Amino acid sequence: MLENILEIKDLRVSFETYAGEVQAVRGVNLELKKGEALAIVGESGSGKSVTSKSIMRLIPSPPGKFKSGEILFEGNDLLKLSEKSMQKMRGSEISMIFQDPMTSLNPTMTVGKQIMEGLKKHQNMNKHDAAQRAVELLELVGIPNPEDRIKQYPHQFSGGMRQRVVIAIALACNPKVLIADEPTTALDVTIQAQILDLMKDLQKKTNTSIILITHDLGVVANMAQRVAVMYGGKIVETGNVDEIFYSPKHPYTWGLLSSMPKLDSKSDELMAIPGTPPDLSNPPKGCPFAARCPHAMKVCTEHMPEYTELSETQKTACWLLDERAPKVEPPETIGVGGAQK
Amino acid sequence: MVAYILKRILYMLITFFVIVSLSFFAMKLLPGSPYRNAAKLGPELVAQLNHQYGFDKPIPVQYINYLNKVLHGDLGVSFQYEGRTVNSILASKVPVSADLGIEATIIGVLIGIILGAIAALRRGTWLDYGVMVIAVLGISVPSFILAQLMQYYFGVQLRWLPVAKWDGIESHIMPVIALAVGSVAVIARYMRNEMIGVLGSDYIDMARAKGLSRPAVVIKHAMRNSLVPIATIVIPSLMTVITGSLVIENIFAIPGIGDQFVSSIVTNDYPVIMGTTILFSIFFLVGIFLTDLAYGVIDPRIRVAGGDS
Amino acid sequence: MSGQNELITKDMFAPAEIDASQSEEIRRETVSYWKDAFRRLRKNKGAIAGAIIIFIIIIMAIIGPYFNKYGVDDQDIMRTNAPPKIGFLSNVHWLPFDGYEKGRDVYAEKKITDNFWFGTDKLGRDQWTRIWLGTRVSLFIGVIATLADLIIGVAYGGISGYFGGKVDTILQRIYEILVGIPQLILVILLIMIMNPGITTIILAIGVTGWLGMSRLIRGQVLQLKSLEYVLAAKTLGASDSRIIAKHMVPNTLGLIIVHTMFSVPSAIFFEAFLSFIGLGMSPPKASLGVLIQQGYESIQFHPYLALYPGLIICLLLICFNIFGDGLRDALDPRLRK
Repeated sequence: MLENILEIKDLRVSFETYAGEVQAVRGVNLELKKGEALAIVGESGSGKSVTSKSIMRLIPSPPGKFKSGEILFEGNDLLKLSEKSMQKMRGSEISMIFQDPMTSLNPTMTVGKQIMEGLKKHQNMNKHDAAQRAVELLELVGIPNPEDRIKQYPHQFSGGMRQRVVIAIALACNPKVLIADEPTTALDVTIQAQILDLMKDLQKKTNTSIILITHDLGVVANMAQRVAVMYGGKIVETGNVDEIFYSPKHPYTWGLLSSMPKLDSKSDELMAIPGTPPDLSNPPKGCPFAARCPHAMKVCTEHMPEYTELSETQKTACWLLDERAPKVEPPETIGVGGAQK
Repeated sequence: MVAYILKRILYMLITFFVIVSLSFFAMKLLPGSPYRNAAKLGPELVAQLNHQYGFDKPIPVQYINYLNKVLHGDLGVSFQYEGRTVNSILASKVPVSADLGIEATIIGVLIGIILGAIAALRRGTWLDYGVMVIAVLGISVPSFILAQLMQYYFGVQLRWLPVAKWDGIESHIMPVIALAVGSVAVIARYMRNEMIGVLGSDYIDMARAKGLSRPAVVIKHAMRNSLVPIATIVIPSLMTVITGSLVIENIFAIPGIGDQFVSSIVTNDYPVIMGTTILFSIFFLVGIFLTDLAYGVIDPRIRVAGGDS
Repeated sequence: MSGQNELITKDMFAPAEIDASQSEEIRRETVSYWKDAFRRLRKNKGAIAGAIIIFIIIIMAIIGPYFNKYGVDDQDIMRTNAPPKIGFLSNVHWLPFDGYEKGRDVYAEKKITDNFWFGTDKLGRDQWTRIWLGTRVSLFIGVIATLADLIIGVAYGGISGYFGGKVDTILQRIYEILVGIPQLILVILLIMIMNPGITTIILAIGVTGWLGMSRLIRGQVLQLKSLEYVLAAKTLGASDSRIIAKHMVPNTLGLIIVHTMFSVPSAIFFEAFLSFIGLGMSPPKASLGVLIQQGYESIQFHPYLALYPGLIICLLLICFNIFGDGLRDALDPRLRK
């Protein structure tokens, strides 16, 4: 078994708002292995972005607050590091790709400068070397004429090109972990595939571990080896890609898979999960999905289910897996899986 | 861009023409004699003076003559100061007002930017509230009341600063503060909002994600980007400085255009009033024009840095 | 599953009756735009304090002058330049209401038996009465000038935006020309032509102040004419009156109210400014500006004459600005959470 490069233990993050404390992340456990791509899937507000920003310690505080937990990077707890030591980690050991390339680049600074900033900081490069490395990086992410391009400003790049720049910035110092927060959501569909291919390709070349945050299961199938499904600030199911796509056990995962459009689907209908996610300023006592779950039982609304280990890799938190629960078959709409491998 | 600039210049010229015409006709409608001691002069002398100034001609002719003169930069002769042209009076006053105005603007802008940035960086703390209170006070309290207050306490009561003169650095302190407070308030507020917006943007997160230190993020990314839009309100705030100078110069007995304007109103010195009006309007129009340009340049954010798009 | 297991009984595994409608239910009660705005305004302590102070000042401007027997122009050279004295505070010497000036009991020296709460001026007129009457005049000018600029602005901007096309082009050309004229200069010219007085001042401020409002209204009308949500509402079969009531009015009205809240203090300021440079109304009428200007003439010897009107005008302007800010934040739908 590969060793864990990153381990999250019982992470709890809250935000103080006017409406009270919002518990965005409520006890998340995750591990990321060397060279692996892990996908965190869930709908908006499930806590996946907060989890990823927590790893970078980019949660604004106030209002954000780490209530408990550890984030171990190569055995060291990132949450205990001083701001200064954390700055040394960011960009060099762990880096991040943001969702919207239209807003994640500074509009008043040349692209080259933005790439060079990190190089100068972490690798003590002089201006000349950093510029040279910036050109190489742009070439690496597939931007033509990099020598000219580094002198240009973000608005002179298209969305897809900007995301390539963002990727180049993230990879500049050869990080061990790369967090990609919805890296393709803001892009055109045709561009999405290119960016995903690029990321896959770069992962192979650099052997970087990737945490991919997404709500798009298509992206997951394409990139990740392992999947964690988040709902209501908790991880409700984890497993490797095959397990999640072909033998999911959690009704929420079923719902996610059913709501994914498929080319070979027999019915024209696109399944939706009825209802809205729970209000995390007043989180439910039991399973967060109970209110929307078609198979909910009395116990679900009262007690949070514990994880059932279904295999060495798959863990699911659902009362349906209890021996006292009635047997429920997954809906057939997910049968032939969305994984177009 | 060129078409836009030309259009703006055209409007500027029309507005200027309207202002000159308005002030001309306003002066013609004004009651009272323009001569300081018309009664003593006697009708013959008045008639002679009227002839000398061209006031015996029909109004439209006077109007055309006046326009013609203004276009050639000649603002006429003062009624009050015998033998002095308006141009020479204004020329002697402009440097003083410019001195005061520039000092007030520079101090106002600098302090405004610093206060605004501090408030944004310490958002929600007492520092932030303090700056916001200063901003509300600075926007609300009229400069002439602040000036009186300072004059009374620091000048009359405590005798720390000269009550009213324009000589030496300590005589600049109170008028400059009185004039700058409004700009400080407006700019601090604007800077704070701008900077809060920038601090919440993705590229700040991105800069932090690169591992840059907090000062580097604040100075290289946040401050810089918040300052760009500030350029568009510096000139309007200069305008409030000019307006304020009317009373502030009067209160502190500063021999500038504002003081001249107010005393000309009291003495019905029409040519000087018209000349000052025109001068103020030129400042104002050029200011608006520059602000418009700044907007045009800054709006597609980066054009300012010379991109080639 | 250790400790938990004892709590969990077999019968809890029966299907729960979850009301499908419940999960779809919107947790918070739906509140109307105005209710929501009002709720947010109420939370803003500064704005509420501002509103209360404005209210108190308005009440005092109405009833204050009748608190004592002195009229606005009751002169009496026997009681000139008396500093403020309030009966029950006259023994508290650290407060400026003891009737002393520079250590001397002016009331005893001049044998003044009555107390003048804000003192008297050089003609022996009661400052209390004059200040509250002056406040009344200033408020009146502020409100009426704002109304004038509101009416002209709404009409101009409304016509421009509603008719569009050629009308709009012409009106906007005129706007472009007018906007370049410094308001102060226009006001001064207007006041010099006409006789200084309340009407003149109101007219001058109203006639020159509407440009901002007209631009605002035009923008709103244009936006609303083309806005997608209006189209969406139309598509959904909403009638014109419903669109106007539900979409146009809240948006536009909010902006107008906010703009008005800033116009009033600006008119009050303008009046004071004009009085200060000698273009105010003529005596015996008084506004806060006139009182400040008169007080300033003797500020070295009798600072209280300028202090109280100055204090009230500052309070008014500060409170209007704070309240306007609060209102803007409360009415801005983008901030709705």
